[in-house]
Amino acid sequence: MKGWMGKSRILLLLSSLMLFLAGCGDPQLSALQPKGEGADVIYDLMMLSVIIMVFVGVVVMAIYFFVLIRFRQKKDHEDYIPKQVEGNKFLELLWTVVPIILLVVLAVPTVQKTFMLADTTPAEDKKEDAITIEVTGKQYWWHYNYKGQEVQTSQDLYIPTGERVYLKLTAGDVIHSFWVPSVAGKMDTNPGKNENEMFLHAYEEGVYYGKCAEFCGPSHSLMDFKVIAVSPEEFDQWAEDMKNVNTDSTPETQSAQEGKELFKNKNCIACHAIGSSPAAVGPNLTAFGDRVQIAGILDNNKENLIEWLQHPEEVKPGNKMTGKYGNTEAEVPLTDEEASKIADYLLQLQPSEIKPEDAQ
Amino acid sequence: MSTAYAQKNGFFAGLWDYLTTVDHKKIAILYLIAGGFFFLVGGIEAMLIRIQLIQPDNEFVSAGLYNQLLTMHGTTMIFLAAMPLIFTLMNIAVPLQIGARDVAFPFLNSLGFWLFFFGGVLLNCSWFMGGAPDAGWTAYAPLSTTSPGHGVDFYVMGLQISGAGTLIGGINFLVTIINMRAPGMTYMRMPLFTWSSLVTSVLILFAFPALTVGLFLMMFDRLFGANFFDPSMGGNHVIWEHLFWIFGHPEVYILVLPLFGLFSDIISTFSKKRLFGYSAMVFATVLIGFLGFMVWAHHMFTTGLGPVANSIFAIATMAIAVPTGIKIFNWLFTMWGGSIRMTVPMLWTVAFIPSFTLGGFGGVMLAAAAADYQYHDTYFVVAHFHYVIVGGVVFGLFAGLTYWWPKMFGTMLNEKMGKLAFWPFFFGFHLTFFIQHFLGLMGMPRRYWKFQPDQGLEIGNLVSTLGAFLMAIGTIIFLINVVITTIKGEKVSGDPWDARTLEWSIPSPPPFYNFTQTPLVRGLDALWVEKRHGNGKMTPAEPLGDIHMPNNSFIPFMMSLGLFIAGFGFIYQVDNSSYLILAVLGMAITLLSMFVRSVKDDLGYHIHKEDLEKGAGSE
Amino acid sequence: MSAEELKQLKPGQSPHEPEKATLEGKNKFLGFWFFLGGETVLFASLFGTYLALKDSNLDGKPAEELFGLELVFIMTMILLTSSLTSVYAIYHMKNLDFQKMQLWMGITVLLGLSFLGLEIFEFYEYVHHDGHTFTSSAFGSAFYTLVGFHGAHVAFGLLWIVTLMVRNARRGLNLYNAPKYYVASLYWHFIDVVWVFIFTVVYLMGKVG
Repeated sequence: MKGWMGKSRILLLLSSLMLFLAGCGDPQLSALQPKGEGADVIYDLMMLSVIIMVFVGVVVMAIYFFVLIRFRQKKDHEDYIPKQVEGNKFLELLWTVVPIILLVVLAVPTVQKTFMLADTTPAEDKKEDAITIEVTGKQYWWHYNYKGQEVQTSQDLYIPTGERVYLKLTAGDVIHSFWVPSVAGKMDTNPGKNENEMFLHAYEEGVYYGKCAEFCGPSHSLMDFKVIAVSPEEFDQWAEDMKNVNTDSTPETQSAQEGKELFKNKNCIACHAIGSSPAAVGPNLTAFGDRVQIAGILDNNKENLIEWLQHPEEVKPGNKMTGKYGNTEAEVPLTDEEASKIADYLLQLQPSEIKPEDAQ
Repeated sequence: MSTAYAQKNGFFAGLWDYLTTVDHKKIAILYLIAGGFFFLVGGIEAMLIRIQLIQPDNEFVSAGLYNQLLTMHGTTMIFLAAMPLIFTLMNIAVPLQIGARDVAFPFLNSLGFWLFFFGGVLLNCSWFMGGAPDAGWTAYAPLSTTSPGHGVDFYVMGLQISGAGTLIGGINFLVTIINMRAPGMTYMRMPLFTWSSLVTSVLILFAFPALTVGLFLMMFDRLFGANFFDPSMGGNHVIWEHLFWIFGHPEVYILVLPLFGLFSDIISTFSKKRLFGYSAMVFATVLIGFLGFMVWAHHMFTTGLGPVANSIFAIATMAIAVPTGIKIFNWLFTMWGGSIRMTVPMLWTVAFIPSFTLGGFGGVMLAAAAADYQYHDTYFVVAHFHYVIVGGVVFGLFAGLTYWWPKMFGTMLNEKMGKLAFWPFFFGFHLTFFIQHFLGLMGMPRRYWKFQPDQGLEIGNLVSTLGAFLMAIGTIIFLINVVITTIKGEKVSGDPWDARTLEWSIPSPPPFYNFTQTPLVRGLDALWVEKRHGNGKMTPAEPLGDIHMPNNSFIPFMMSLGLFIAGFGFIYQVDNSSYLILAVLGMAITLLSMFVRSVKDDLGYHIHKEDLEKGAGSE
Repeated sequence: MSAEELKQLKPGQSPHEPEKATLEGKNKFLGFWFFLGGETVLFASLFGTYLALKDSNLDGKPAEELFGLELVFIMTMILLTSSLTSVYAIYHMKNLDFQKMQLWMGITVLLGLSFLGLEIFEFYEYVHHDGHTFTSSAFGSAFYTLVGFHGAHVAFGLLWIVTLMVRNARRGLNLYNAPKYYVASLYWHFIDVVWVFIFTVVYLMGKVG
């Protein structure tokens, strides 16, 4: 039986290793394929600990299998009484001291890296240019305020590659946690005075998936966001475009123009800002047409947007939009036509030339 | 079970006997029934969670129900399944292992059980009264304080009541082990299970009051308008996180330490060898218990305590790996040179070693604070704590129940079926949880109702769900084994495993006064010493004489029932202040019961020497 | 335990430590010390919470304006004295002098009652004159919870001691109730120690700012 167990354990380990170490998950999401400084540093630490653990594991398992095979009770030896050993000073000392040494080997870089990742103040000479963003987590979306730049936006976070971008994290309601596995670790966003700090430093351009990691209510699993890392030039261009956005421009199509009116009449504007403005009840929609995904989870197309406008509770349970205007839970539902017009209006909100597709 | 007794006296007399019993062996059975029931409830909740996650974007349960399921799964398994089942083992074994006739406070033992029971029932009443708690078993504020409905109120009141029961149980075992040991049973001759029960009781004593306070603050916030966790009123939710984990981290050692002790006893018994490095094992147990209080903030690395605090708690956490490693090696070297019998308890124990070692590896990895910024609140953590809690605690409970089943019921669980239950559970366990380490690192946070398609998370979740079904099959086979064994009812001897410690020196099940004469202990592994160097029987430490026994009492039931009723009153007075009557009524029942208990003389009774000679009590 | 234990003990008889003469007494003695260990953690948690929130008074009066030391000082003296009188009671118990023990326990109860009365008066003043209530701020919640928990302990202790005194008034001292008196007095000392900490941490440190 024990041989059985041994073989299947190895089989199990091997099969999962093949499955996962080969793939390591989605490169836009996985912590196992680091694309930024924080994730990279952590990956190294992770691998160091894995190496130490594998070493210990091999020793333990070797003794384990040897003991189980060698010292099973033999047939006709039921009466055999083994020697009653009290202990062994040398061995006991050995397996006390060696683990301590191994742990020191792990503890030193752990402390180093903990301090390194907590270094969230830009160096003196770079203070002028450093980008600082105030991040606010709310049920179930994210708001970003680029400090000193008069740019505020939601859901999609644009950052330049090749430099540390500093984040100041808070929450508007309950605790959330800001996590971009492929670029950096995570940090909780606390409501109230406990502001947290971290930095993002993406090595290469790309759209990275972010997720909320602290349990925050029914749609906790749907509170996705994106980090869009573009070249510094593209980022400057994007910031410039966002700053100069004309919040009252007239849409091109008839339908979108009517959508704009509906946006005001249906009181969408009470919760959603267009143009730079602080975190409100709902996300800022300035660059809605450029969003990678709608509500963080749906592909950005008109069909999905109409679905989201008409049935928000089915898309994201517990969201703050439900029942606020004419969606299904309200007395007078939004008609298909109205939803279509509002969608046309929102989808043409594309103030910047820099789009997620530029992040390659 | 008590079939013999019930037949003699009828069903209701038997029921009344259990409702009023103060006998530690019957209380063990009560804990087993209630804890086993809640274990199944928590298991069903787990299965529903895994079915929801079998494929991306699944609509099997709604988001709200999912959150209730995950909250109740955690809360039920920790407080209402693992804790009482551990109390089952402590109740059946500790007094017998130290040669005592009962625990120090039999009345409190009963009270502890009924408090736990009514607390658990109150908590589960939420399912039928508008919805269960939905803020996670950790109930972080402000999510918990702002959660609509009464779910979290049930969490607060239910845990407060059952927590009081646990605290009482902890004090009881402390005093029992310190004051009630038989002559010759010095501290350094105590079986490891008793030692670890002692350390666990200390942890209960110093950890649970922090939870009590946390729950009071939350109750005041939710039910009486206080502002502890409300940032807009000057409150600070981080206080809850600290209080919860000051309790919560020792809690995991409370759960696992007794089973470390049990594994030591089992390995020693079935290797026919004394425990390798006994004093090192005792020292390691105490050290783990001590360090268990120094590491709570490793659950809060991402809360924002700063690099200094994070580093200190990281190093303290890593330090726990040393005594744990000592234990693993001592177990291996107890088997080294032994004559290993692969019985069912030993099988679970042998499976525990690599499983728990993997859990420990995950623990060390998580301890590295910087790396925890990736692991925290992901499936990596889910994998880790299931490796230690299932691989350590649940394996241990299966081992312990099988091991002591004859001592509890006088019958032996079928060995073949025991192995048949083991294999699917064992493979299912690794299939379910090993893969979750990778899911976490691949970007899946914990407590996710849905995961998105095309993010590389499908296969891992599917495999995990399949594993969960295997675990369910293993559990069902174990239950069938219990039923068949009970129906067959084949009686066994007092020492069916050829074991080493005192509990095996008396009949199975033991007479209600345990030891006709208090035994004299002449060394570590008291019974083994007599088997090897004596005539195989314990030498009595006293002449045959009258035995004093405590009376049964219905008061513990009434005290707990009062708090149960008051709990509803407190919860619903928010909606309508006339519910306060219920709170007053409940508290009155409790206080009146306490009053009756203080005022009445309860002197117990004696079993006379002559009756003992005739064999009274040995059914 | 047996009927033997219900025999009244008279001055001059043995044992000298009636509270620990039986196994039940020893168990109670040890168990109660452990219980107080748990209570210590309970109050430590409450103190920690209070210290974290004591400056979160929002628009309400801060601690240094709110507290007056005169009344609290008198309360402290009363409770300290009551601890002393309970020591006298236990001294007489060890001499098996039941009447004197009852007398000193009675004085302890009276002092405890007056402490409780003053505390209620203090709270009343805060609520009605200073607008400092349980719900007015996190500071208010933390203050009333900490000090109120202590007050509830005092009230429970009074109930307990009075019940003991009334119940045993005719039975006198015996090996069965001696441990009960003893642990009740332990409890009373514990309450007193907690109050010393409250006086220091809440009132003195609050005054200093």
